Amino acid sequence: MELMVCIKQVPGTSEVDIDEKTGVLKREGIDSKMNPYDLYALETAFRIREERGGTVKVISMGPPQAAAVLFESFMMGADDGILLTDRRFAGADVLATAYTLAQGIEKAGVPDIIVCGKQTTDGDTAQVGPEIAEFLDIPHVTNIRRIVAAEEKTVIVEMDMAETVEIMSVRYPCLISVEKNIYTPRLPSYKRKLEIGDREIIRLSLDDFSDRNELHYGLNGSPTQVLKVFPPAPNTDHDLVRGDSGHLAAYLFERLVERKFIRKDPV
Amino acid sequence: MKKLIIHHDRIDDPEKWVEICPFGALEVVDGKLEINAACKMCSICIKQGPKGAFESVETDISAVAKEEWKGVAVYVDHLEGNIHPVTYELLGKAGELARKLDHPVYALFSGSGIIRNAEKLRYYGADEIIVYDHPALEYFRIEPYAAVFEDFIIKRKPAIVLAGGTTVGRSLAPRVAARFRTGLTADCTLLEVRENTDLDQIRPAYGGNIMAHIHTPNHRPQFATVRYKIFPTPERRKEPSGTITRMQPAEERLKSRIDVREIRKKEQQMNLEDAEIIVVAGRGVKKKEDLLLIRTLAAALGGQTAATRPLIENGWADPRNQIGLSGRTVKPKMIITCGVSGSIQFVAGMQNSDYIIAINTDENAPIMKVAHLGLAGDLYEIIPRLLAKMTADPS
Ligand SMILES: Cc1cc2nc3c(=O)[nH]c(=O)nc-3n(C[C@H](O)[C@H](O)[C@H](O)COP(=O)(O)OP(=O)(O)OC[C@H]3O[C@@H](n4cnc5c(N)ncnc54)[C@H](O)[C@@H]3O)c2cc1C
Ligand SMILES: Nc1ncnc2c1ncn2[C@@H]1O[C@H](COP(=O)(O)O)[C@@H](O)[C@H]1O
Repeated sequence: MELMVCIKQVPGTSEVDIDEKTGVLKREGIDSKMNPYDLYALETAFRIREERGGTVKVISMGPPQAAAVLFESFMMGADDGILLTDRRFAGADVLATAYTLAQGIEKAGVPDIIVCGKQTTDGDTAQVGPEIAEFLDIPHVTNIRRIVAAEEKTVIVEMDMAETVEIMSVRYPCLISVEKNIYTPRLPSYKRKLEIGDREIIRLSLDDFSDRNELHYGLNGSPTQVLKVFPPAPNTDHDLVRGDSGHLAAYLFERLVERKFIRKDPV
Repeated sequence: MKKLIIHHDRIDDPEKWVEICPFGALEVVDGKLEINAACKMCSICIKQGPKGAFESVETDISAVAKEEWKGVAVYVDHLEGNIHPVTYELLGKAGELARKLDHPVYALFSGSGIIRNAEKLRYYGADEIIVYDHPALEYFRIEPYAAVFEDFIIKRKPAIVLAGGTTVGRSLAPRVAARFRTGLTADCTLLEVRENTDLDQIRPAYGGNIMAHIHTPNHRPQFATVRYKIFPTPERRKEPSGTITRMQPAEERLKSRIDVREIRKKEQQMNLEDAEIIVVAGRGVKKKEDLLLIRTLAAALGGQTAATRPLIENGWADPRNQIGLSGRTVKPKMIITCGVSGSIQFVAGMQNSDYIIAINTDENAPIMKVAHLGLAGDLYEIIPRLLAKMTADPS
């Protein structure tokens, strides 16, 4: 069984602030880590490997320093890592990201199952997975909350819909994106770190792909463009009340009556 | 299209400038500053770098023939033909956009045995309801659903396509957008259209800490998803309007490599999104047992209870009742937050509520900036007194 997990390096915190005067992102405390949702994708792949044998590869598109998340996944148990890195990939939106990953996956060999996290904490779209599947022309299922079984030709999964749970079988090769909490992710292990030693990762650039047209990657290959970023607008209509608790409770009571949330019963 | 270029002659000490990029996209290669794949095109380097060293230039791109793409389409989200209310919200928005452009509004309705429900859509302003009714569309499986969506887009060429940010919408919209090699903006909170049919899309980014204004200037159709309860529900019209057109999908496109084996109903539960009144417990609630106070208040007001993430993580409340960025988006008539600081991630899920009341001992808590009515006080003292007033003779 060949498994591949898409993982991304994201900023270590989402507490990004904007300087209201200059409209510029404040940069305090921006370090990076593995997208937390991708830990569940990794764990899912490990569980399937435990069941059926095979290998788990990890793939990421990002800057050279994103290699760190590939090494982290080695410490959790991944077998091989591929980093798609090239300055021509910079500024990619969902479409260009998914296209680049699809090209990289094709180059590395399309596995039986590609596993994605539910979403990223920075992009936060949950859309890269389905777009990769489209570019590879393979079926995809999102919101998976359980792997029932990985069989010879299909994987049986439980999809979490708003009001129902659907159990379906999906033929290989396929892409699945998994819910948070599907399985508890294992911790990176120091022992494994020693075993890995200096295992190499494979680095691919645009020149390694079958489609080498620069216009399909990075900012050039991104139909959506960010015009600007700005802080969320504050609400200007507020009433702040201070005083002792009796007063506050009475004040609140009056407002609730006024707005008909509490009906004063006719006596 | 834009592209960043570096004028190396304007940079004397490359190492010094690596730090200005918060995304680590600047590095020194062979003594020269280079931009790597981490670049987000945020333009910080243009503003903060050495004068004139970084420049954003337009690269040439063949423009799409925008006038060939007309109409605003809404994907009708449904479960076994029961239309999800986000659909009506989107139809309301689509009508607004279409009026400005003098374009038609389309509703795309695909499923099996659904034709009987198409009539309902005629009360929300769609000019044409396009129905693909076929047994192969009984369950949501990606290939046949994407195939009929594609068929619809080829036949009607809408300039804009809106889908709900539901499980189905979030799976289907990207698949179809990728098929047309076009852009998709997720979870938009504001949509406006320009005369040239370019859609201005505003969405939260970085966990709601900043808003991004996004557009898709050279591709059609422009795809956007919007979460439930972001836009208002339009009034149901008295008279139906628009036509229903049945379309026949090509059989060979309806094949799927997915087999649905079983569908289990989840235990029915009142959806937090549907509640008109919500009382939220935050970390100001000190013990699990104290949640009873919050529940009592909610019950007295005929509302639902919800919680912030720390309480969910403690296992004190059901994860389905988490409000916020990684929880639900709600827009009740009234929401009372009790001991909630108002972190940006929480606020992202409730700021559109009609009337927001905050009870917090700290009058400088961020929630006070969001609340219409802020009470600077102790929830343990205010709520019992309020409850007493509600049960006592109100006069
Ligand atoms: C990517 C990401 C996603 C997140 N998503 C969510 C999400 O979806 N939902 C969510 O809720 N959080 C989310 N969080 C967490 C969020 O950042 C905050 O940590 C959380 O919302 C804080 O919860 P709180 O307001 O209950 O607690 P605190 O921030 O600890 O605030 C408690 C408040 O209670 C007040 N208080 C204390 N005692 C009393 C009293 N007796 N009476 C009245 N007031 C009192 C205090 O003054 C304080 O303001 C997310 C975080 C990240 C990084
Ligand atoms: N740059 C990337 N490299 C590898 N995988 C990615 C990348 N971006 C997104 N993904 C995968 O796609 C999922 C959804 O991401 P997103 O659409 O950004 O919310 C993530 O959980 C990852 O599995």
